[in-house]
Amino acid sequence: MTAPSVVPAAVEPPNARVELLLRLGDDRLVLGHRLSEWCGHGPILEEDIALSNVALDLIGQATMFLRLAGEEEGKGRDEDALAYFREAVEFRNCQLVELPRGDFAFTIARQFLFDVYAVVMLDGLAKGSDPEIAAIAAKALKEAKYHVRHSGEWMLKLGDGTEESHRRAQCAVDDLWRFTAELFAPDDVDRTMLEAGAAPELSAVRTQWDTLVRDVLDRATLTVPHDVPRAASARGGRCGAHTEFLGHMLAEMQIVARSHPGATW
Amino acid sequence: MVDGVAPRAFTREDILGILDSVMDPEVPVLSVRELGIVRDVSVDSSGAVIVTVTPTYSGCPAIAVIEADIISAIRTAGVADVLVRTVYAPAWTTDWIPPEARAKLKAYGIAPPLRTDSPGDLVQLLRVRPSVQCPYCDSYETETRSEYGSTACKAVCWCRACRQPFELFKSI
Repeated sequence: MTAPSVVPAAVEPPNARVELLLRLGDDRLVLGHRLSEWCGHGPILEEDIALSNVALDLIGQATMFLRLAGEEEGKGRDEDALAYFREAVEFRNCQLVELPRGDFAFTIARQFLFDVYAVVMLDGLAKGSDPEIAAIAAKALKEAKYHVRHSGEWMLKLGDGTEESHRRAQCAVDDLWRFTAELFAPDDVDRTMLEAGAAPELSAVRTQWDTLVRDVLDRATLTVPHDVPRAASARGGRCGAHTEFLGHMLAEMQIVARSHPGATW
Repeated sequence: MVDGVAPRAFTREDILGILDSVMDPEVPVLSVRELGIVRDVSVDSSGAVIVTVTPTYSGCPAIAVIEADIISAIRTAGVADVLVRTVYAPAWTTDWIPPEARAKLKAYGIAPPLRTDSPGDLVQLLRVRPSVQCPYCDSYETETRSEYGSTACKAVCWCRACRQPFELFKSI
């Protein structure tokens, strides 16, 4: 008698287009939610309004990316289903954006590091070969340029401000630095989309990001941290490995939709 | 509509005329056409109207209101079948706001948007700030107080010459 042959279940390879759209959408949804936590708590009225406005832009961009992700996926999930009915392990955002908002310096430093990445990345996607992704990226890029001007100017004010603001800004940059390598670590999804001509090469994105970030940190009299050893760098967000903070955030973000499925108002 | 009277057939120009009276809810001196939100209007053989719009900012809370206002204005004029379709490309730019509309903004106390920069060096984006003219006294001795104002599309500025705060329609 021969042993029954074991046929491994066919594992569906991830759809790179869906994965990229989820990454783009989830980065913005999660960061937008973190920024919205400042609404009513901003240090000054103008900043309360500014952070809420940036949050609105990011959540609007997330809506566009996630809607397209749901269409491409073809399982009948729209942007709301993706936002409110996925578990933390299904989120594809980088860990940088899920960290608690911290103090104002931390929020601004995180925003600045992300905004520069967003501008460079969206610029590449807008020039890419996927017309639907390029259209959303071109729209989001215009907003991202405003965002980076806002966060960049605050980096200058905080870094080159008082002793206290300088100390807090430097602490924030130092703490955040180990979360930046993840933004530029390519995997199969990035390589597939790059080969298709739809997405930019992440090493080139990193070079541009470095130039812009260093220019501002230098002018802000802040020290650019040393490279973080690979083992100490955050990674895994793009595959669903997250810090404990994302689950807590999602619990709050998703509670109303999950308690009252299908509710409209 | 009066019973027995055949419904009037609306042309594309009729619909565009109706849209001239639909004002932006947050900048009520400009119509949705002057803002450049309306990208196309079509009327098919059955008289059904499709208005193609593009959003200003992707998170602008006024988008839903604008769509509802467009549908309501066209229905009130007597068209039963109206659909608003959203497109993202080409992305909305303030460069589409014509000179007459810019003059209306200025008269309303909002500095009109500057011409958008050509896609230049990203480092320059963080270094160069264009000068804004005060809508009240025309001075260029102004400063930006906040990139974000009462709505997504405006920034808050201050005129050092006439010591007036004013809003700037951001250029994107």
